[in-house]
Amino acid sequence: MTVAAINTEGLKKNFGERAAVKHLTLQVLQGEVFGFLGPNGAGKTTSIKMLLGLVRPTSGTASLLGAPIGHRPTLARVGFLPEHFRFQEWLTAREFLTLHGELFGMQARDLKSRAEELLERVGLSDFRDKQLRTFSKGMLQRIGLAQALLNRPALVFLDEPTSGLDPVGRRLVRDIIHELREAGTCVFLNSHLLSEIEVTCDRVAFIRHGEVVRTLELAALDQDLSLVTIRAAGLTPEILSGLERWGGNIQAEGERLTLTVQRETDLPEINRYLVTQGVEVFAMTPNRLSLEEIFIETIGKDGGL
Amino acid sequence: MKSTWILARMTFREAVRRHIVLTGLVLGVCFLVIFSVGFHFIYANMSQPNPRVPAAAQLIGLAEGINFLTLAGLYAVTFLSVAMGALLGADTLAGEINSGTIQTIVTKPIRRTDVVLGKWLGFALLLALYSLLMSGGTILSVLIQTGHSPPHILSGLALIYFESILIMTISLAFSSGLSGLATGGVVFGLYGLAFIGGWIEQIGSLLQNQTAVKVGIVASLIIPSESLWRRAAYEMQTPLSGALGMSPFGTTSVPSNLMLVYSVIYLVVALALAVNTFRRRDL
Repeated sequence: MTVAAINTEGLKKNFGERAAVKHLTLQVLQGEVFGFLGPNGAGKTTSIKMLLGLVRPTSGTASLLGAPIGHRPTLARVGFLPEHFRFQEWLTAREFLTLHGELFGMQARDLKSRAEELLERVGLSDFRDKQLRTFSKGMLQRIGLAQALLNRPALVFLDEPTSGLDPVGRRLVRDIIHELREAGTCVFLNSHLLSEIEVTCDRVAFIRHGEVVRTLELAALDQDLSLVTIRAAGLTPEILSGLERWGGNIQAEGERLTLTVQRETDLPEINRYLVTQGVEVFAMTPNRLSLEEIFIETIGKDGGL
Repeated sequence: MKSTWILARMTFREAVRRHIVLTGLVLGVCFLVIFSVGFHFIYANMSQPNPRVPAAAQLIGLAEGINFLTLAGLYAVTFLSVAMGALLGADTLAGEINSGTIQTIVTKPIRRTDVVLGKWLGFALLLALYSLLMSGGTILSVLIQTGHSPPHILSGLALIYFESILIMTISLAFSSGLSGLATGGVVFGLYGLAFIGGWIEQIGSLLQNQTAVKVGIVASLIIPSESLWRRAAYEMQTPLSGALGMSPFGTTSVPSNLMLVYSVIYLVVALALAVNTFRRRDL
């Protein structure tokens, strides 16, 4: 059995009275692209900081690549792009990568070629000798990403990697994440952009008040979950409550009824049930749920406040 | 150890790139020019022969005058080095924690201890260069103009340098837990305390008031920076002013060797505190 890339057990962090992360229990597999979703203030960044040893957990345990958090040699195999990245802006792009590569403990020759390769990959080759103070936010994000990948990590944390980027830059990040997956790197992605998550991640966890409320395989999104819109006459509250055995989120407005169902195969049964209850069914349309709809459904419209 | 050196180099390079070295250099040179020019005219005035004073007494008076002016210059240099040390240390950890720069540093396979030690080492090197320029420049200027130099230059300059790294270390210790501005406030406050304590001890000793001397010693125990200057001044004063105990930069109540040992321990403890606070805190 391979060790998990990330394993946490009841991880908790209090800042004074306030619990930033309540009880985080999570497992992320090696080679997986994992999305970490939740509303603002759900404890996503604090969770990442605990995993990387920046913040000391109040209680609970966690491991990265099989080693307890804070284990230094393991950090040589981990990359990190922080959310509010600020870098040594007095360094040039190449000096910046050299510094971080040295801190990773990389050998000079390897570091030199790796830095060139990454500058090329993130499209900053022409700016290699420019100081970071002259960089735009998007360029800083790119060089930050290069920094996170210098050591060819087995596990990389990207906290809002596309926040400063234009569509071209976002595309670049998406492509890089695909390449990382191909290479067997585990990517832990924290992003607000659900459309990004949807196209890049294998699996996501929804976090609310510092707890995982749901994990989801995105590949299963297509078949397993759908929102069904039914147009029918003669719906009564009793009939509606009878629908609860197949799905949730039942909402009826006049002749329009929507509900979410777990399996597509439930649809004929629902139809049969409605007909036997004397309901006239005009139309039944299954829609694939978008990640955003699942997000709202899971977290709630209040954003978990 | 290697990471400490990488971070020391980074700290040094930062000081160069952010023009800290350049401004220090330019203002330092300005200081030396003004000191040298001022000294030149005072010296010219002092060396005018006075028919009413015997030649031997004149010669002694001249030597005393030169030494007094040199120590006055070094006193100003000490203050500038201390200010430099306080400022370098004040914002470094606090600033990087605040901006988040520290996050990609401490998540590398290095110890947090290396971060603090690396910065300390970088600043200690910078202060060494600064001390060498300022103290060395002052003494050299006097030497070229008069052929005189104070006794025990090496131990004197080492003590002045040590004072600046002591203050820098204290600054670093506060900076690992407080904001940069708060650190600056605390460190200058402490320096002021040492300053006034030093003078109380000095004057108390002159008046042979034991209580005042004790107040001064307590102040030196709280922060021994000023006692390092007084020891430096004692080392570099002429034997005559030492015997008379009259010069404001000479010293009547000499900080003992024990006080020097205490200062070294003080520095080590402050550095250990800086490391420990930084290791424990959430970033």
